[in-house]
This record gives sequence, C-alpha cells and structure tokens, in this order.
Amino acid sequence: MDNTFIFAGFGGQGVILAGKLLAQAGADYGLEVTWLPSYGPEMRGGTANCTVVLSDEPIGSPVVDNPSALVAMNLPSLERFEKAVVEAGTVVVNSSLVTRRVERNDVTELTIPANDIAASLGNPRAANMVALGALVKATGIFPLDIIKRAMVRMLSDKGSGKLIEVNERALEAGYEAV
Amino acid sequence: MAEAGIRAGCRAYFGYPITPQNELLEYMAAHMPKVGGIFIQAESEVAAINMCYGASAAGARTMTSSSSPGISLKMEGISYLAGADLPTVLINVVRGGPGLGNIAPAQGDYFQATKGGGHGDYRMIVLAPATIPESIELVMLAFELADRYRVPVMVLADGMLGQMMEPVLFPEPVDPAALPAKPWAITGARGRRPNRISSYFLDPAELSARNVKRQRRYQQIEEQEIRYEEHETADATLVVAAYGSVARIARTAVRMARSEGIKLGLLRPITVWPFPYSPLRALSRRVDAILTVEMNAGQMVEDVRLAVAERAETPFYGKLGGLVPTPKDILREVKRYAS
Repeated sequence: MDNTFIFAGFGGQGVILAGKLLAQAGADYGLEVTWLPSYGPEMRGGTANCTVVLSDEPIGSPVVDNPSALVAMNLPSLERFEKAVVEAGTVVVNSSLVTRRVERNDVTELTIPANDIAASLGNPRAANMVALGALVKATGIFPLDIIKRAMVRMLSDKGSGKLIEVNERALEAGYEAV
Repeated sequence: MAEAGIRAGCRAYFGYPITPQNELLEYMAAHMPKVGGIFIQAESEVAAINMCYGASAAGARTMTSSSSPGISLKMEGISYLAGADLPTVLINVVRGGPGLGNIAPAQGDYFQATKGGGHGDYRMIVLAPATIPESIELVMLAFELADRYRVPVMVLADGMLGQMMEPVLFPEPVDPAALPAKPWAITGARGRRPNRISSYFLDPAELSARNVKRQRRYQQIEEQEIRYEEHETADATLVVAAYGSVARIARTAVRMARSEGIKLGLLRPITVWPFPYSPLRALSRRVDAILTVEMNAGQMVEDVRLAVAERAETPFYGKLGGLVPTPKDILREVKRYAS
C-alpha cells in the first residue's frame, strides 16, 4: 500500500526540507521511498511543494494524483491541493497563516498553528517541523523517533547542529498538538 | 549519476553549469579531487565536450553533462568524437524546450539524441533510465559500452530524474588501472608507431573505408545491445510504450488499469538507440493498440510506428513544455482505446 504525501507552501517555509526528512525517515524505516520537488527558480517567496511516496513495494510513479495526506502551510497550497486528497485522507492546515477551514467533510482536518507554536519555542522558522510532527502523529506511519533521528543526522551533515534542539522540540510540539 | 561515473573509473569530468543538472557538477567538483581525478568547469559547453575529446584521445574515461540547450552546443563536439572513434559519456538531463525553454522535466530531445543532432553519419548509444537506481546502473554501463565500441554514449535523463531522490545501493567501484588497455590511445609513442586520432580524411576512399568500418560496429551494437523491459504484457490487449520517467508513471497506470479489469501492459525501451523494434513488432501481432506516451509532441512514437507498421493502432499521448503526465492522465487516455 502506498502512502503519499504532498507538502506545500511558500518558498522558504521549509516544505522541501520537511518532505526530505519524511523521505529519509521512511528509508531508515525500511520502506521504499521517492521524493519529488516542484518549485520555481526562486529560493524564497514563490510557491514550492514536494511529493513523497512511502511504500512497502517498489514505487511506480513518484507523481501523485491523489495524496493520502496534505500539509498546507499557506492558503494557496490548501486551495490548490485540497480537492486532490483521497477520501478519508488527512489534511494538516497551518492555521497560523490559513484562516479558513477545510471545505470537505470526507477528510480528517488538523488545524495546527504551526508558526505560533514554533515562535513560542523561540524559532518561528521551525513551523515546518511542527507540521511534520503533527503529520506523523495523525497518520501513524512510524514512531516520531525515526523522524527525530533522521533530522539529527541531516542537520549534522549540513553543519546546522545548533538547530537540532529547537527542531526536536518543534517536532514534539507538533506531535503533541494532535 | 556523478558518483556512478566516478565508480565506473571516470577520472576526467568537464562541464558547464545549467539547471536542472548542477548538482552533478557540484558533486564532481567536490569528489573528483578526492580520487585523484580532474574536474574542470570549462568556459563553455563547447569547450567541455572538446576537453572530453582530448582526454578520451589520451585514453581516459571521460564524462560531461548538461541539459538540453547545453547539449545542443555540444553537438559539434559529439560528431567529432564519433568521427574520431572516441568513447565518452554524456548525460543529458532534459528540460523543457525548444530554445531556453524552462527547467521542468521533458523528453523533447529524443530526436536529437537518437537520430544524430550533430552532422555526419554517426550514431550514439542512448540509454534511458526510469529511476535513480537505474540511472546509476546505466551510467556504469555507459562507460563499458563507450570503451567496448569506441563510441560516445548518452544517458538520456530528464528534469524529474535530475531533481528527485530515491534510496540507492552503489556497486563496487571499478579500478581505472585495471581497465583493458587502449592500444589506439595517444600515450606517447615511445617504442611504437605513433597513433593518430582525427576525423579529418580528405581522401574520399579512405573516409569511406572508415565510415564503412564504423557502420559495421553500429550494426554489431544493434545486434547485441538492445535493452528493454516488458511489464504485464503476457496477456495484454493494450500496451503503453514509454521511456524514462514517463515509463515509471505508466507503471502505476498499468496497476490502476489492471484493478479495473483492463489488460494493460508496458513496454519500456532502455536503449532508445539501438531501439527495440523487434519486441514491439512481436507485440503488435497480438495486441489491439500500442499507446506511446511521451513528454513531447511525438518523437519516439515514430520509431514505434516503424516497428508496428499497420498491425495495430498506434495512438500517441504527449505533454509539452515541461508538464508531466500523472498516472490518471495516462489511464484516461488508455480507456479511450480499451473497448
């Protein structure tokens, strides 16, 4: 069975990194994984999204029509992808920036004030990790520890070791917020 | 793909940046020096391919990479490499075109790659990976084939393969010192007659003889190196023909179609030159239609139609300008012919 995820937001909101982390954790967990980004040439301010497929069998298409879960970090992302989510799928909405509710009633909606939670932890840029923590809890794909370990390794490799602690707390806070 | 090149024994990489393949260049810049190899960011794509010519003539395993507009610039050099019977490996991470186009995935360079984008009577082996693990396998193979046949080999990827991630296991590295000798290479003529490497032969009889000999090698390649994959074709009444990223998207469409009772199969050329005409010919005798799906306006479909002749329907579905078909797009198209 494929688990398919779309992370979407403004460029700079960290949706690409959140998706990478989910993909890395999936691979660590022994699953087949693909990670496919889609973004414009600009680094910040444009729209960005990425698609992650986790499966226990070899993956065909890394392009997904109907994700089983969506993380919408801003309003344009919710508007663009809400209709595509599978029936009984999960939609994580960053309610710090998105003021409206999900219009469908056949999906599980999780409103997480990701920016506010991240700001209360001292780093508003960790909103992506808050949303990822919430997604992991809501979908039950694997334990939070798998993501944490992948995050520690990824940030250490990037030489961003000082960000590990706040990101760890952000993942936990998102997980607890569900 | 860069790491696969290094593991294949490549110690000379020459390139010029262009999206969506800059990661390859960056990887080479960081890792080539660690294995005692040469990395040069050339002043242009033209310079990079000609550096491949020089280093290949000296016997090295060489590689360059670019994306569509940059590959166009390399075409003259590719023709010279082919004319001088020199091996090299080129990677084209194809993007939307023509012209400067965009940086999204596309397959608009099929004609250029398989029918000779440069001048003269030459061929290039063209390998089309569908996944990241297969990209590694085919880059390694590209170096083997380039040396075996003394031809340029292209790995025809696309912006999707260039940007996505997938876990991979790398094969053991090849020791460049243990590779077969190249007695034709220019290595200093001490104790032997000098070797001459050129594509310039003013005497028509001599040029003809060299061409005839080269064409025999191409024929040998066509006899021995065709690679393709058939998936769920045994009982299929309808088959999708697709290569590269599109083929793996089509694989999901096959699964969806089968779950709805449509007997859909997939034929995926792995070498797009030499092209798998015979398996397609065989399929065309027992299926109703072969639907070619590409991210272009219909290029490989010409080879499919050549193979199928009039024995089956040969419809085409394409996405242009960097748009990527989804499994549902392909399934919708399949249903038009699955009655």
